[in-house]
Amino acid sequence: MAKLHWKENAAPAVTELEDGTKIYRTNAWSPPGCHAVGCGLRIFVKDGELQKVEGDPDQPITKGRLCVRCLTMKEYFYHPDRIKYPMKRVGKRGENKWQRITWDEAYDTIVEKYHECVEKWGVNSVSVFAGTGREACRYHTPLCLGVFGSKTIVHPNSGWSCLVPRQAVMTWILGSAYVDFDYAAGLPLRYDDPNWEPPKYMLIWGRDPLRCNADGMWGHSMVELMKLGTKLITVDPRANWLATRSEYHLQLRPGTDAALALAILDAVIKTDKYDKEFVEKWCYGFDELAERAAQHSPEWAEKITGVPAEDIYAIAECLVQKPSSACVGLAIDQNPNTIQIGHALYSIFAITGNMDIPGGLFMGQPSIFPGRAQDKKSSEIHEEPEEEFEGIGYKEFPAIPLIVNTTHPDCTLDTLETGRPYPIKFAFIQSSNLLASSIVVQPSRWYEAMRKLEFIVASDIFMNPTIAGLADIVLPISTSLEHEGIITRTGASQPGQFSAIVKVMENYGETKSDLEICLDLYHRLHPDSDDPRWKDTDSYLSSDLARINGANVTFPELRERVSGQYELEYRKYEKGLLRPDGEPGFNTITGKIELFSTMLGALDEDPLPYYQEPKFSAVSRPDMAKDYPMTMTTGARRFTSFHSEHRQIKTLREIHPWPTVEINSKTAEAKGITEGSWVYVENPWGRAKLNAHLTPTLIEDVVSMDHGWWYPEKGEEDMFDVWDCNINNLIPNKENGKLGFGTHFKCMPCTIYRAE
Amino acid sequence: MKQYGLMIDNEYCTGCHSCEVACKNEHNLPLGQWGIKVLELGPWKLMDDKHWEYRYIPVPTTYCDLCKDRVAEGQKPSCVFHCLASAMEYGTLEELTAKMVAKGKMASIFIP
Ligand code: SF4
Ligand code: SF4
Repeated sequence: MAKLHWKENAAPAVTELEDGTKIYRTNAWSPPGCHAVGCGLRIFVKDGELQKVEGDPDQPITKGRLCVRCLTMKEYFYHPDRIKYPMKRVGKRGENKWQRITWDEAYDTIVEKYHECVEKWGVNSVSVFAGTGREACRYHTPLCLGVFGSKTIVHPNSGWSCLVPRQAVMTWILGSAYVDFDYAAGLPLRYDDPNWEPPKYMLIWGRDPLRCNADGMWGHSMVELMKLGTKLITVDPRANWLATRSEYHLQLRPGTDAALALAILDAVIKTDKYDKEFVEKWCYGFDELAERAAQHSPEWAEKITGVPAEDIYAIAECLVQKPSSACVGLAIDQNPNTIQIGHALYSIFAITGNMDIPGGLFMGQPSIFPGRAQDKKSSEIHEEPEEEFEGIGYKEFPAIPLIVNTTHPDCTLDTLETGRPYPIKFAFIQSSNLLASSIVVQPSRWYEAMRKLEFIVASDIFMNPTIAGLADIVLPISTSLEHEGIITRTGASQPGQFSAIVKVMENYGETKSDLEICLDLYHRLHPDSDDPRWKDTDSYLSSDLARINGANVTFPELRERVSGQYELEYRKYEKGLLRPDGEPGFNTITGKIELFSTMLGALDEDPLPYYQEPKFSAVSRPDMAKDYPMTMTTGARRFTSFHSEHRQIKTLREIHPWPTVEINSKTAEAKGITEGSWVYVENPWGRAKLNAHLTPTLIEDVVSMDHGWWYPEKGEEDMFDVWDCNINNLIPNKENGKLGFGTHFKCMPCTIYRAE
Repeated sequence: MKQYGLMIDNEYCTGCHSCEVACKNEHNLPLGQWGIKVLELGPWKLMDDKHWEYRYIPVPTTYCDLCKDRVAEGQKPSCVFHCLASAMEYGTLEELTAKMVAKGKMASIFIP
């Protein structure tokens, strides 16, 4: 069973020093943005003033350690550019003239525009846009579906290239809500627990966990594992810090991940040392998979990926040792071949018997994170019968509504432009700087399409390009220090932190949290509702906690405890803990891990993994390669920012001042590009101006870019020069995989030249 | 009097900059000033064409007072406490050299 642990002798939630300074314990989520790791904070407050932010030694996972984004929280909190009050646009859209209004006026306008749009164009003409990672994600579906009663939930990330393709594989092939490496996060004794052991090998694939803390995992736990003896195998076209400390670094040609994964699978099967007993008992379709893998030998893959076959054979010998684990990142989602990469990769860990064992790959239980497809049906809210509704992009990509209840991202742009299958007229942009961020491709097309909407309301901390260019009403958001919330790793599907966000500061100006706004609007639109869940923040958060298996805690209790650990069992498939019917096995149609996927078959996709050459690579498009001979990959993470955030924090800009393009020193020399020079990266879709950093860590002719840049210091007139440095200008819309997942963030042709 | 210092584990320092900002917070240092600064060695590929030379080396500056106020209260120096990789130690030179010897490679000691 799932269990909650509290640390004994933890400091109280508040301590008062002799001089009257109060030290509050709380946990960070966002804003400022992060991936719901819930690092522990100690907030020093005197006479209502925030004095300093330190780490909380009683947080069981982070133990006081803190990254620079939280360490500069005071600068963020008191930043003079914070939006203090609700404002309305005066003058033309995008002209950027604003006037302070009251919350009442803001809500009245939102409600009035809402009713107007519902009456004229139907309830689904109302949409809610959100981005990635921020706490707003928790309230994205509730705001759209629960408050507005609309099914137009939009996450405009091309190909839903973040987590969702991986989750489709995890759900369909493995029958688990989320799978990740095990760092003893739920165990009170952590690494000293006698049942736990460190992974012998860790396969890090397309992820920079130290900088991204992806999906609620504390990134520097990787360093802890290294100190305990775990050896690394890194798969990445770049050599990051982890790659330089890896036993093997497979520096593949960008976009060829599926070929490499299939070849490793083949090499593992050829060792004949995989876990035959596990395969026999718990896997479905091994023979078919083995036959498919045999067509993808390491020698075949060497020609495609550039990775020596001998390295592929060598790592197969590593991965058959138990326990071994994998840390799989965003790069596999950002590829139209995504489902097949995940399928081949997780099959390696299934057949080696590394699933759900200590130090292996931890299999998550069903998530309570709102937004997964099981939350989709909500007939009390919708008058129209389910079958008559055609969700945006669902006809073209029927797999989407099976896994997530948003619109199909790329098709949403078509809808904005054409009004088909139904018009979108109203947008609530919830904490998402979509025009500048990592998610929207062809951002100027989105901008043009969204400018024509009837009404746009946006909520955020700072004025940003998206708000300046599009919004009619702006709502000011509070930071983690000014509101309440909960943090659990991937919706409590994984073991780990179980924490409260505690209100420790009076609100700056008139800011409110995403949840508070959601509740306010609910009460405006449903004045007669006596649903206890929506009563107030405490009851809302407590009702979320009540849905978590084995948690048995209310929000006020959690707030008192501040942080704990959530423990989940290993080998759940043996104990009937994965399936709703309580039978042993995996939560798939066959009850086994489906190496041959019945679900993919039913979706008219190949039930086995295959390799697809990237559509715009030099191999696929030699014509394009003539003028654009280089390959670009984007989305490089920095310690100093979360997507498009933190650009106005001077201390952080001092550490990393400019959007950077990393380029191999030899290639740079040939092009006359020197360290720190401004360069254009260009292809037929657009261009972006970035600052060159010369490094030997990239393959020649591959360049790697930061994403999410804009310049707060450049002012609002030209939307903070967002078009100048936006690397997503260079990526096409709706070039997704067959099922609608994945796109080309990691593999596009380009050329690069000096800007002056 | 005993001499105190900082030992850095250059094998595991990931270059996260937390020490830099934690120190600035502790000493209210303005922009452009640092009590400790992370320097970068490499990266370059070694002649075996497989392995790398790549280290981060945080160096305490003139402003570093080894967090005497914190230490007097029994706490760790701010940089040591916040270090994401737990790659820093504070102690007497005797303690630190013993730790350095035990580590056996890729470590440095600074007396600010
Ligand atoms: S010991 Fe204190 S003063 Fe010295 S570098 Fe570390 S944080 Fe700064
Ligand atoms: S905080 Fe630690 S890991 Fe980060 S740069 Fe400083 S010494 Fe290195």
